[in-house]
Amino acid sequence: MTTVNPTVNPNDILQTAESLRWEIGPEFHEQLMEGIYTEAAKLADRAVTRPEEKPRFDLDRTIDKIVTSRVWGFPMMILLFTVVFWLTISGANVPSSLLATLLIDKTVPLLHQGADFLRLPWWLSGLLIDGMYLGTAWVISVMLPPMAIFFPLFTLLEDFGYLPRVAFNLDNMFRKSGAHGKQALSMMMGFGCNAAGVVATRIIDSPRERLIAIITNNFALCNGRWPTQILIASIFIGGLVPAYLGGLISALSVVGIALLGVFFSFVVSWGLSRTMLKGEVSTFSLELPPYRPPRIWQTIYTSVIDRTLIVLWRAIVFALPAGAAIWLSANITIGGVSIAEHLISFLNPFALLIGLNGVILVAYIVAIPANEIVIPTVLMLTVLVTGTDAGAGAGVMFELDSQADTMALFSAGGWTLLTAVNLMLFSLLHNPCSTTIYTIYKETGSKKWTAVAALLPLAMGFVVTFFVAQIWRLFAG
Amino acid sequence: METKLKTPQPTASGCEGCPMHNAGNLRKLGVNMENSDFVIALAGNPNTGKSTVFNALTGLRQHTGNWPGKTVARAEGGFSYGDKQYKIVDLPGTYSLLSTSLDEEVARDFILFGQPDVTVIVVDATRLERNLNLVLQVLEITDRAVVCLNLIDEARRHKLQVDERRLARDLGVPVVPTAARQGEGLQDLLQAIHEVATGQTVGKPYRAKSESPAIKRALARLVPQIEAAFPGLPNARWVALRLLDGDERLMQAVRQGELGDLTRPELVMLPEAAANNRLIPLEVAS
Repeated sequence: MTTVNPTVNPNDILQTAESLRWEIGPEFHEQLMEGIYTEAAKLADRAVTRPEEKPRFDLDRTIDKIVTSRVWGFPMMILLFTVVFWLTISGANVPSSLLATLLIDKTVPLLHQGADFLRLPWWLSGLLIDGMYLGTAWVISVMLPPMAIFFPLFTLLEDFGYLPRVAFNLDNMFRKSGAHGKQALSMMMGFGCNAAGVVATRIIDSPRERLIAIITNNFALCNGRWPTQILIASIFIGGLVPAYLGGLISALSVVGIALLGVFFSFVVSWGLSRTMLKGEVSTFSLELPPYRPPRIWQTIYTSVIDRTLIVLWRAIVFALPAGAAIWLSANITIGGVSIAEHLISFLNPFALLIGLNGVILVAYIVAIPANEIVIPTVLMLTVLVTGTDAGAGAGVMFELDSQADTMALFSAGGWTLLTAVNLMLFSLLHNPCSTTIYTIYKETGSKKWTAVAALLPLAMGFVVTFFVAQIWRLFAG
Repeated sequence: METKLKTPQPTASGCEGCPMHNAGNLRKLGVNMENSDFVIALAGNPNTGKSTVFNALTGLRQHTGNWPGKTVARAEGGFSYGDKQYKIVDLPGTYSLLSTSLDEEVARDFILFGQPDVTVIVVDATRLERNLNLVLQVLEITDRAVVCLNLIDEARRHKLQVDERRLARDLGVPVVPTAARQGEGLQDLLQAIHEVATGQTVGKPYRAKSESPAIKRALARLVPQIEAAFPGLPNARWVALRLLDGDERLMQAVRQGELGDLTRPELVMLPEAAANNRLIPLEVAS
């Protein structure tokens, strides 16, 4: 029941409005806006007293002149992010091995003793301890330290007000590629989590440009993929140079991959806006907020609670069943060969063509729910295939005390520098995780665009790694 | 989760009549939506510290960031003040309520159709002129508003003096200076919200008077017609302006009689119905 007065027909109102609209003319909207601006200016003028003194040195403007300058903007950006990654890479090693010692070296034998005491059958203790527990412990010791360093640093940059300046620097390139400048902001969110980045595209008004932003968000490296990049870079790329340069070179190569992702965002946006998503570029005004001194402790608190623990929890939730599945696939045999080995040898020919190997492709299939578990899965499957005695039996996710051990294992599995480089590229260019795919579907409501967003990066990943592998082999003999 | 925290009750009865008496009684309830007495909407330009105000009031720790457009979905929380339970809804930051982007529509629809008991407009004290554009538009829709003059510490740092009493007189609604990041002025803000919600303070909001004669004439014809069709509508003038501007959503509301619902203040349409149902909470956000 409503209180509409039955004697007045609502359509009469609309008709009156329609005819009046002709009388007041087409400038109505502008007049209205102008009126509001005038009134606002008048009221603000009455309430605000400005200081008499002349504009003096303005710190904000001076910083802005440097970080958004045509010459220094990009070098500053690269420098800042390199410092962040360098701190992450060099700071994460020690706590990582401490965690591994605690969670694996000390705890696993205890758990096995407990299982023996309870007289659990071998398959049950294997599934629970060597599958689920070890998988989870691995994820924690590999992921927690880098995240606990990287996220607070990134959040401090954000809190300080630097991210809109990055968006400002990138805006021009986004517009040239036919996308919305605000895409730079949703991309920044994507560097944390692509699902969050996809949700953040709601700030883009035009559906065309929003779709471009959604499809290309996956090119922003997310939390789940940073550890992969950081680990592979420090083992293979950092290992190419003397030890004192290792951290810096690894950090630079991770920055390189991240920038390559930004570059692919531009290329794909450009391609989409000229083919499937043609249209005009809309303009917008980006407000550069004042710099604010970051609140250090609060930032550390919120980034640990909001980001680190949430991402870690997600990884654990997916690592538990994945650990079980890997253990099972490694221990259930068909015709004397385990399911995992069947899968690996099935995918191997194609994988070698694109400079990867079957193990990596199987790991990426296992890791569709969460990119976080790629590296643990790769290591475990490598042990299985090579028969190396690094773990305590087939299908056991194991701890590796040093990167040298990991390196030794990778070499035994036939890894080369090409495998490492292509793994880093493929980690950047493949389908988004299932959470992101679901979020894309929720946001677009379209199966077609969800499929495009999921398959386009995967196809690009295959193409790019294929060409890199062919060219590499051509020159490296 | 109904956690009743015991707050020490003063034994002296002298202060009980004073409205500031309950100021210490803020109990932070987190997300408890049950049995709220009042619904508060939090509006404002992007990057004015809306999310910080929201967190300070609710005790939640929604991630805040120093860049515009951080909040794209509505966040909800609750708190209790005095003996009342409040539900507070953090709307997306917008510069205006006129255009048709998704976030502006969410904010506009919630203020118009959600009929919050109080709309708190968070403004950046250092950029008052531009922020007032939104304030004036909100005041066209509702008279139950409080202006939160946030970042007053930044204004002081820039040696700006904002005369909040003058502003409150001009706007016709309470204006409370705050520095939400430091927790400054939040008690006064709660008190102002409480007084507007309970009807102790009744706003006489500023309405623009500078229309051209042609618009004035058009309004003179259209407003009475709207008021006749929807008696008791609190914002007929604004509805008329939107219709003249060709606002599809408002035309639809007129056609389907939705505006009739707005004439009964006791009927509070819950935000779920008013806002775009595509919006999902940012639960996966990192």
